[in-house]
Amino acid sequence: MRGKWSLVVFAMAIMAFAVAGCSSGEEKKAEEAPAKKLVLGVAGAHSGDLASYGLPTVNAAKLVAADINAKGGVLGMQVEVFAQDDQCKPEMATNAATKLVSDDVKIVLGHICSGATKAALEIYKDAKVVCMSPSATNPPLTQSGNYPNFFRTIASDDAQAILEVKFAKKLGLKNVAVIHDKGDYGKGFAEFCKQFVEADADMNVALFEGVTPGAVDYSAVVQKIKNSGADGVIFGGYHPEASKIVTSMRKKGLDIPFLSDDGVKDDTFIKVAGEYAEGVYATGPRDISANKLYSVALEEHKKEFGSEPGAFFYQAYAAALALLNAVEKAGSTDYDKVVEALRTQYVETPLGKIKFDKRGDAEGVGFSVYQVKNGQYVELAN
Amino acid sequence: MNSRGQAAACPLIVYGNRIGTLMEYFLELFFGGLTRGSIYALIALGYTMVYGIIELINFAHGEIYMIGAFTGLIVAGVLGALGFPGFAILVLAVIVAVIYSAAYGFTIEKIAYKPLRGAPRLSPLISAIGMSIFLQNYVMLAQTSDFLPFPSLIPEFKIPGLTGIITSSEVVIVAVTVVVCVALTLFIKYGKLGKAMRATAQNRKMAQLVGISVNTVISATFVIGSSLAAVGGVLIASHIGQINYYIGFIAGIKAFTAAVLGGIGSIPGAMLGALILGLTEAFATGYVSSDYEDVFAFALLVLILIFRPAGIMGKQPTQKV
Repeated sequence: MRGKWSLVVFAMAIMAFAVAGCSSGEEKKAEEAPAKKLVLGVAGAHSGDLASYGLPTVNAAKLVAADINAKGGVLGMQVEVFAQDDQCKPEMATNAATKLVSDDVKIVLGHICSGATKAALEIYKDAKVVCMSPSATNPPLTQSGNYPNFFRTIASDDAQAILEVKFAKKLGLKNVAVIHDKGDYGKGFAEFCKQFVEADADMNVALFEGVTPGAVDYSAVVQKIKNSGADGVIFGGYHPEASKIVTSMRKKGLDIPFLSDDGVKDDTFIKVAGEYAEGVYATGPRDISANKLYSVALEEHKKEFGSEPGAFFYQAYAAALALLNAVEKAGSTDYDKVVEALRTQYVETPLGKIKFDKRGDAEGVGFSVYQVKNGQYVELAN
Repeated sequence: MNSRGQAAACPLIVYGNRIGTLMEYFLELFFGGLTRGSIYALIALGYTMVYGIIELINFAHGEIYMIGAFTGLIVAGVLGALGFPGFAILVLAVIVAVIYSAAYGFTIEKIAYKPLRGAPRLSPLISAIGMSIFLQNYVMLAQTSDFLPFPSLIPEFKIPGLTGIITSSEVVIVAVTVVVCVALTLFIKYGKLGKAMRATAQNRKMAQLVGISVNTVISATFVIGSSLAAVGGVLIASHIGQINYYIGFIAGIKAFTAAVLGGIGSIPGAMLGALILGLTEAFATGYVSSDYEDVFAFALLVLILIFRPAGIMGKQPTQKV
């Protein structure tokens, strides 16, 4: 009995401390407010095997912040970039999101992978944090209507799948094998492709299969594609699996067209698959090199980092501009006002002049089909 | 009559063709599974040998395989730049990878396991997991986290009658594995060190009493196991054409499964287990769906362990009193 009582007293003591902790936290916040600092959270894969997708976003955020700070900042506040690594892993994304929320960040650029973004969004939603991804293309993120705080500067997977299937039809494919990597992104894309192929009277799904990422080899699934009589392959997933499958297909003498998504439209794919990459089609964001801000962003990146920008750099640059512009137009970091500004105010970005629809997708942003020719992705005319 | 005869013959030909393609498909899957099984076997042998001698599951073994592949890549890069022919590069890359990985295996045992030899069984196990994480991150930081292209070192040649069914690299992988397995079996059975290993596995204290240097035997076990993994690493990297720091993890898990399936501690068991696992995965993919590849593999493991808890060829443990 005595033990129980002491436990109750102990619990009460802890609660008292917790309450004290909360109130002192609020005081601290009030003190910090005049520091005139606007923190832009940047979350994504900054290490691990998908780091090449996430790091360019950090660079983009830094460049945009430096530009805006040189012009006097947003509403007189200096913009500070605060990066959090999630390695594209959902469990690490929630950690990153919690960290950003607990540091009172109001706008977040990220995350990079769809699975990680989905995991983090619940936390942002509860904390009323606006989150904008340069690369998470999983359709339900916007279409489900569950995340009014989510925006993206890239078109969703079904936009990509529609184009992919249309292109497959143009190539004259009738019997398509649809393969995916069982991930949120790859499987989502593959299911849309399957749906659109089945909807087409002239086309037929020969095979629909998922492969295990990281398996020792994919020869069995390649044999199955071969045996299914498919005249083309659509793959949903990322470049490590794509390069293994293409290499294995070509080595087995299976020379049918290989079409994939923007997870494969990465130079690492060409580097790894080498000669076998030649002729592979991949959809990716439309060529935007004619836009004025595009060349500005490119020059800045070259000057600052001495190299060509990586994947999703321009989408990230656009997202950073859109977020900071919305805060400026809203006059504060108030959640409702910022969301309203994102939906109504146009902003000039490297992707063109954009605003967001009510679901959070950027208007006027789209995809093109690319093909590997002489070791480089070349955009094909639509 | 004539036309009827033709009509009757037609379905027969179609049927014959169908059997032909079915047979071809079966063979393709079979050879694919055989290749996979061979790689699993090369890694599984290391697990099972170490377990047989010191009853430790060496979780860093998958990383030895990965280090072997990386060493192979570096050697291949250097020799390729010097203009060596393909086959010579393969042989040299395998030799250097074997030496390098063997050195790693030897060192890991001395650093991470030997000081814990008298400790409770859980301690060296944790030490092994730590070693695995350390090696992965070491390679990631020292090399890169990106995937790297691995040159195909195994020359292309046609196999008469089986073109399109089995590729030259699959033939080489299976052949090398068979040679290695036979050599290892002979060595364990007739070699002096092999006999010492068997003695140590049976009873370490007794082996010590009859004058076997147990430390040497344990080191030799790690060296041999690591060498086999390195051979597997170079061959499979050359076969699939890419590596990164993480390849050892899944390969290691699968090889460990194979070792348990065959009966951990038993050398022929590991070979058999790896073969069964590779073939099961290939046929599950081919005839059911690759979505369920792992489901079939692990369901088989569960089934076998229900009926034979020590694995297919494992000795049923005798209670020591």
